[in-house]
Amino acid sequence: MSKPLLDIDNLEISFGGGTVKAVRGVSFTLGREKLGIVGESGSGKSTVGRAIMRLLPPTARISADRLAFHDIDLARASEREMMQIRGRRIGLILQDPKYSLNPVMRVGEQIAETYLQHYPRAGQAAAKTKMLDMLAAVQIRDPQRVARLYPHEVSGGMGQRVMIAMMLIAEPEVLIADEPTSALDVTVRLEVLALLDELVARRNLGLIFISHDLNLVRRFCDRVLIMYAGRIVETLKASELDQARHPYTRGLLASLPAIDRIPARLPTLQRDPAWLTDAAEGSR
Amino acid sequence: MPQPTTHLASNRTGLGYWLTSPDPRGRLQASAQQFYQGWVQFRSHPMGLVGLALILLLVVMAVAAPLLTKYDPIMQDFTVRLAPPSAEHWFGTDNFGRDVYSRIIYGARTTIYIVMLVTVIIAPIGLLIGTCSGYFGGWVDEVLMRITDIFLSFPGLVLALGFAAALGPGITNAIIAISLTAWPPIARLARAETLSLRQADYIAAIRLQGASAGAIILRHILPMCIPSVIVRVTLNMSGVILTAAGLGFLGLGAQPPAPEWGSMAATGREFMIDSPWVIAAPGLAIAAISLAFNLFGDALRDVLDPRGSE
Amino acid sequence: MITVDNLTVRFAPSTPPVVRGVSFAVDKGTAFGLVGESGCGKSTVLRAISGLNGNYGGRIALDGEELGPRRSRAFFRRVQMVFQDPYGSLHPRKTIRAQLMEPLRNQWLDRSTAQTDDALRAVGLDTALSYRFPHQLSGGQRQRVAIARALILDPDVLLLDEPTSALDVSVQAEILNLLSDLRQERGLTYLLVSHDLAVIAHMCSRVAIMQAGVIVEEVDIEQLRRGELEHPYSRQLLAASQSYGRQDEGALLRS
Repeated sequence: MSKPLLDIDNLEISFGGGTVKAVRGVSFTLGREKLGIVGESGSGKSTVGRAIMRLLPPTARISADRLAFHDIDLARASEREMMQIRGRRIGLILQDPKYSLNPVMRVGEQIAETYLQHYPRAGQAAAKTKMLDMLAAVQIRDPQRVARLYPHEVSGGMGQRVMIAMMLIAEPEVLIADEPTSALDVTVRLEVLALLDELVARRNLGLIFISHDLNLVRRFCDRVLIMYAGRIVETLKASELDQARHPYTRGLLASLPAIDRIPARLPTLQRDPAWLTDAAEGSR
Repeated sequence: MPQPTTHLASNRTGLGYWLTSPDPRGRLQASAQQFYQGWVQFRSHPMGLVGLALILLLVVMAVAAPLLTKYDPIMQDFTVRLAPPSAEHWFGTDNFGRDVYSRIIYGARTTIYIVMLVTVIIAPIGLLIGTCSGYFGGWVDEVLMRITDIFLSFPGLVLALGFAAALGPGITNAIIAISLTAWPPIARLARAETLSLRQADYIAAIRLQGASAGAIILRHILPMCIPSVIVRVTLNMSGVILTAAGLGFLGLGAQPPAPEWGSMAATGREFMIDSPWVIAAPGLAIAAISLAFNLFGDALRDVLDPRGSE
Repeated sequence: MITVDNLTVRFAPSTPPVVRGVSFAVDKGTAFGLVGESGCGKSTVLRAISGLNGNYGGRIALDGEELGPRRSRAFFRRVQMVFQDPYGSLHPRKTIRAQLMEPLRNQWLDRSTAQTDDALRAVGLDTALSYRFPHQLSGGQRQRVAIARALILDPDVLLLDEPTSALDVSVQAEILNLLSDLRQERGLTYLLVSHDLAVIAHMCSRVAIMQAGVIVEEVDIEQLRRGELEHPYSRQLLAASQSYGRQDEGALLRS
């Protein structure tokens, strides 16, 4: 197995001068695969994603035995080095395109600007061509027209495609997607996920898919990490999720309402305080 | 959102626990806890504390005036006319031989009177007009906002001059005149808040309980507007004090021989070159208290009115 | 219990309608679902029924009696609403107890601590929370308070606007169980709006599927489960709710 793209060992993140431990002892690797991180609010999943990109506020204290992207130590890299990595080698897709796109710039301009940011010598014309190609690659049917739109003129699904285009134009190797489809309607969600699936496969990327939606992650990702209260409580292959062993994972699976289940009381999660201190189970 | 524990909570009895216990037992405790949390936040603004200290000093000066000075502020003594600051007269004396320091101390009462009266007038008027305007919309909004615009367009000093001409000079008339031009910004602020609050689910929930419009405005919308109004009034207060001082300077505020910082500065002008203390003392006092309100209001805004606080 | 006939709703007079010709009926003691994607008008229907939006045409009847353009005070004793966002449906500056007293006060009823305590216990909350403020409660606790507030007037009907969409999965299960229990204990009638077919399937006995302001299909939950849907949009919605991302045909191979 080739060297992993990301190698994280014993990541610890705390806020508020060390009083609030958001992430405790998280360890995992990412290869050229789709890795899902699932957890509820407060589990620390988004914090992990942002920590990889060093996008946490200065009050955050990060420590890790290893936080490596290829051979680069992300924990000790300078801000200058991180700027080379962010966007160019690791991309981040956020939940709501309304908040992550500049509202006063046309969509095409923003994507082209991103390209020029990372390849400043390319020139305007080349950037524009690249931008149109990218919009076509995310299956937008009329790239010329869409490029001239402002973010508020673009629907949710199309906005996310624009985000994906913007993040992929610099050709990163790793993509971190933080709840990329949570703000989208169910039917649009499918299309965006199919698009991500295809792009990740074709470009041989590593994808970290952060979500609270266990059903979605189990069908979309290859491997799944379940987080609870800052810890990884279980790591398993998505296809084997039904054989999960940790009670939190099993509880989570059981408490999801399903269309084909007869209405009865949904089993509710009994939170065991032992989960706060258990070591992670399952394979790395 | 996890709250970091403070050292106070570890003490299971006593005031500290009462103020930080997670399950308050009654309304008083609940309100006190919220106030305490606000205070803890306020405490971390050093400039705000300076402002608060100066304002408290002003209050002490006003209340304990007789204790702070033995001189009568209006007693004239021509034997010590325009005496420079000394051990007997800390700020010197003015052209009537009155002790400047005492006049500053007693002048604080006038300043407090101005602050309180203006607040009592503009806050309720501004809140009522603003919330009604924002909540009802339509022609009510139009009418109230046009009235607000009319008052907003008057420069405060000019209106005060007009009032003085009509009603005669005096501190109360001056205050009324100032208030009449100071309430429109409050009304517009309250209206802006109300417009966004109107859409909130909790207001919809109250409507679904059959509450009347009046009940909704008074009991639910008004309390939400109060923090930003408090901040606005505090920040505007320095302008109010300066305007009152300006009116006093023009002879339209407190009438002689009452000690009022603005009129003290006016009389001191004549003697500015040879006896600068006569104008310097009231001038510095005005500047200091204006600054104090600004500093206090800034810190208060961070505590009461930050956008996106939870 | 609720009959809606040819309902057309606008956001403001003389703007285009956002809901057109919607008709359905909810039997007493049952739970009826309205499902659709964002912008389909399902919440707008709820707001028209509740009286929050008075710009509607058509007929709305409660227990056989047609409702006039404005809702009476007595109406609110029979019909209450639970909102989606637990962070926005409680007044930020009032204690929990004050907020539970509020409906009693607005209905000119007697108010007592016993009543608010009972209301809190009925939704599974500790009465020690009475003097907390909403920001001191979790999302699930806030939603329980919102439900308690809706129930304190002892209504017959609850209008539920995406009551669990903003909650974590594990909390959602608790709230859904609570709502089911309450409906059975008190014989309530529910009109539940959601974008989540699974939630609707769990809670309701009938469902109407909405798209772009109209009802495209109305079926029993059993039919939904068996996939016996006729309208193409309904089928698309059901399919999308059950599969997640992996196209079964023509999926590219993983590297």
